[in-house]
Amino acid sequence: MKIHEYQAKRILQQSGVRVPRGVVADTPQAAANGFDELAGSLAVVKAQIHAGGRGKGTILEHPEQRGVQLVQSAGEAAEVAARMLGQTLVTIQTGPAGRPVRHVLVEQGCQVARELYLAIVVDRAAARPAVIASSQGGMDIEKVAAENPELIFREPFDPDAGLMPYQVRKLAQKLALSGPAARAADGFMRALGRVFAGNDCSLVEINPLVVTADGELLALDAKMTFDDNALSRHPELAALRDISEEDPAEARASEKGLSYVKLAGNIGCLVNGAGLAMSTMDLVKLHGGEPANFLDVGGGANVDQVTEAFRILLEDGDVKAVLVNIFGGIMRCTTIAEAILAAYRSVGFNVPLVVRLEGTEVDQGRRTLAESGLEIISADGLTDAAMKVVAAARG
Amino acid sequence: MSILVDKNTRVLCQGITGNAGGFHTRQCIAYGTRVVGGVTPGKGGTSAEGVPVFDTVAEAVEKTGADATMIFVPPAFAADAILEAADAGIRTIVAVTEGVPVLDMVRVASVLARGRARLIGPNCPGVITPEECKIGIMPGYIHKAGPIGVLSRSGTLTYEAVWQLTRLGLGQSTCVGLGGDPIVGSSFIDLLELFDADPQTEGVLLIGEIGGTAEEEAAAFIAGDFSKPVAAFIAGRTAPPGKRMGHAGAIISGGKGTAADKLAALAKAGIELAESPAEMGAAMQRALARAARPEQRDGRVG
Repeated sequence: MKIHEYQAKRILQQSGVRVPRGVVADTPQAAANGFDELAGSLAVVKAQIHAGGRGKGTILEHPEQRGVQLVQSAGEAAEVAARMLGQTLVTIQTGPAGRPVRHVLVEQGCQVARELYLAIVVDRAAARPAVIASSQGGMDIEKVAAENPELIFREPFDPDAGLMPYQVRKLAQKLALSGPAARAADGFMRALGRVFAGNDCSLVEINPLVVTADGELLALDAKMTFDDNALSRHPELAALRDISEEDPAEARASEKGLSYVKLAGNIGCLVNGAGLAMSTMDLVKLHGGEPANFLDVGGGANVDQVTEAFRILLEDGDVKAVLVNIFGGIMRCTTIAEAILAAYRSVGFNVPLVVRLEGTEVDQGRRTLAESGLEIISADGLTDAAMKVVAAARG
Repeated sequence: MSILVDKNTRVLCQGITGNAGGFHTRQCIAYGTRVVGGVTPGKGGTSAEGVPVFDTVAEAVEKTGADATMIFVPPAFAADAILEAADAGIRTIVAVTEGVPVLDMVRVASVLARGRARLIGPNCPGVITPEECKIGIMPGYIHKAGPIGVLSRSGTLTYEAVWQLTRLGLGQSTCVGLGGDPIVGSSFIDLLELFDADPQTEGVLLIGEIGGTAEEEAAAFIAGDFSKPVAAFIAGRTAPPGKRMGHAGAIISGGKGTAADKLAALAKAGIELAESPAEMGAAMQRALARAARPEQRDGRVG
C-alpha cells in the first residue's frame, strides 16, 4: 500500500528523521495560511498524488502549471494551490488519465548544498532489508543503476538489530559526507532503518536527500510503501489508505479477494493462479492478441467471487472477448462451470466467451456447460484457447 | 529415489483443525502420504482426520517420529509455526500459507540459516514424489512417477506443466513449488543440487516468473555445476513494470526482474526454452533428446 508524501513525512518526523517544515492544505486559503505560518520568504507547493515525476508533470486543466512550484508570497501560494486542487495531475508515472489532486503540501524552502539518493528495500538475495545510497540524488535512480552502477552503494542490515553505526560510516565515506554531515547521517540513516522495520515497509525512498549549506540532512521528498500482508498489525497505517488513488475496478477486485490488474488490450482473461494467469496473458500475446487484464481468481474461489470477476471483465468497455482458463486442482471444474452459468444469469454475456477447462472433475464441468445451451466456445488445450479467443476478439 | 520426501516420510500437519488443514490432510492421506499427526495449540489430546493432535511440534515429533510437516496456519502465525518445527528437529518444512509478512520471513530465514531444517515456501503448493508422498495442495492424479524433476515458483502453472509431462509419458521424480513470495525458504539452486545427486532424476523442468533474480542465479549455477538436461519456461513476458502480478514476488521493479533478462540468462546457460506455456512438456522432451545426442551437446552455447 502506498501513501502520500505528506503522510510519509509525518511518520519520518515522528521517528526522528529530519524533514522540511510543511503544512498540508486542501483549499487555496489554507495554502496561503500555510505560507504565512512557515514565515519564510519562499516556499514550495507540491501536489499530493501517489505517483512520481510531479515536478515535470502538468495539471491537465491548466497545462502551464507543474505539479511542484516555488512561491514567494501567501497570495502566490493560494493561486498555485487553486490551479492544483480538485484538478488532475498527469506525470510520466500516472498515464494519460492522471490522478486527482486533493491535497497540496506547502513546504519551507532550504539552501541545498548537495543532493543524494537514499532508499531502503528488501534485498531478496540477501533475505534482509538493505540501504541503497547514491551520490546521484534527484536523478532517475534506475538510469544511474544502468549507466553508473559503481555510484550505487548497498548495505544490508538485520531488521531487529537495526542499521549499525559502522554501516552508516561506510556509506558516509562512499557518499563523501564529512564533519557535521557525517554526524547527521548517523542519526538520519539509523532512524530511517527503524522506520522501515517498525512499520513493515516494503520501500522507503528519499530522493533527493538534501545536504544543506550548514551540514544538515533533510528528506526533501519521501516515498513510502507498506507490505500489504503486514497491514493487519498496523491499523494506524491501514487508515492512511487513499482509495481515490486506486483504480476502482482493481479496488473492487481486491475487496472480493481477487487479484486484478487492468491492461491496455481487448481480451479479458479469467484464470486461477497467478503463474497461470501471467502465462495466459503471454499466450494471448503470442497468438497476436492483446490482454485487457491480469485476473487471478485464486485457488479456492467460490461462485460469488467468480461472478464478480465476470462482472469486472464485462463492465470494461475495452473487452471484446473473454478467455476463461482454469486448471482445476483444488478448485473443481464443476464449480467454475456453475459459476459461469450463475454469472450469465446475473450479468449476461455481451461478448464471445472462450472456455478452456482442465483438471479435477473436467468431464462433468464440460458437460454442464454443453448442456446449458449457452453460446460458449469451448477450447481443447492452451494453444487452441488462445487462437480461438484472438479470432473472436477480431469479430 | 527422489528428493526431499518418499514413501517413508512421516508427516505432520500444523493447523490440522482448520478448514484448509483438515481438507488437505484428508487429500494427502487418500494419496497415500503417511500423515502421523497434527498440531494445534490448545487441542492436544484430541484427534482429527484419524490422527492424534498435539499441542506442540516437539511433543508430536517425540510421539510419532515425524520428520516432515505441512503448515496451514494463518499468515500471522506462520513464522512461529515454521520456527517451532525447525526447533523440534523437523527436517522438511512445507509452508503452504499465503500472505506471510516479508519481514517475518527475513527473521525466519536468518534463524534457519543456522540450522539443518529445509523450508519449502511459504505461499507454495508443496512437494510431491508421485505415487509415494504428497505434502501440499496439488491435485495428486495429474502426477506419474518417473525421471523428471520439476521446480516452480507458482501453483496452477506447475499443474499445467506436470499434466503436459504426464501426457507425454514423462513421469516425475519429485515436483517442488518454491513459492511466490519475495523471500522463500529454498531457491532453485538449493533443489537443483539435490536433483543433481538423485539417480532417478534424468532432467529438470524449471518454471520461473518475473520478479527478483532467482532464475538468473539458477542459470549461472546450471551453466557451471549441473550435469543433467534442463528445460525452462518464464511466465510474465507481457507483464507491465511496477504492477504486482498476483504473487507478492512477481513484480518488475527498478528495471529488474523482466522476463527478457531471465530468458537471455537461461538461453546463455544452454537451457531449452519453452516459448509458450503450452510447450513446457515438449521443451523437456527436446532437452532430453538433445542430451542423448552428444554431437549436438558440444554445440551448446555458454
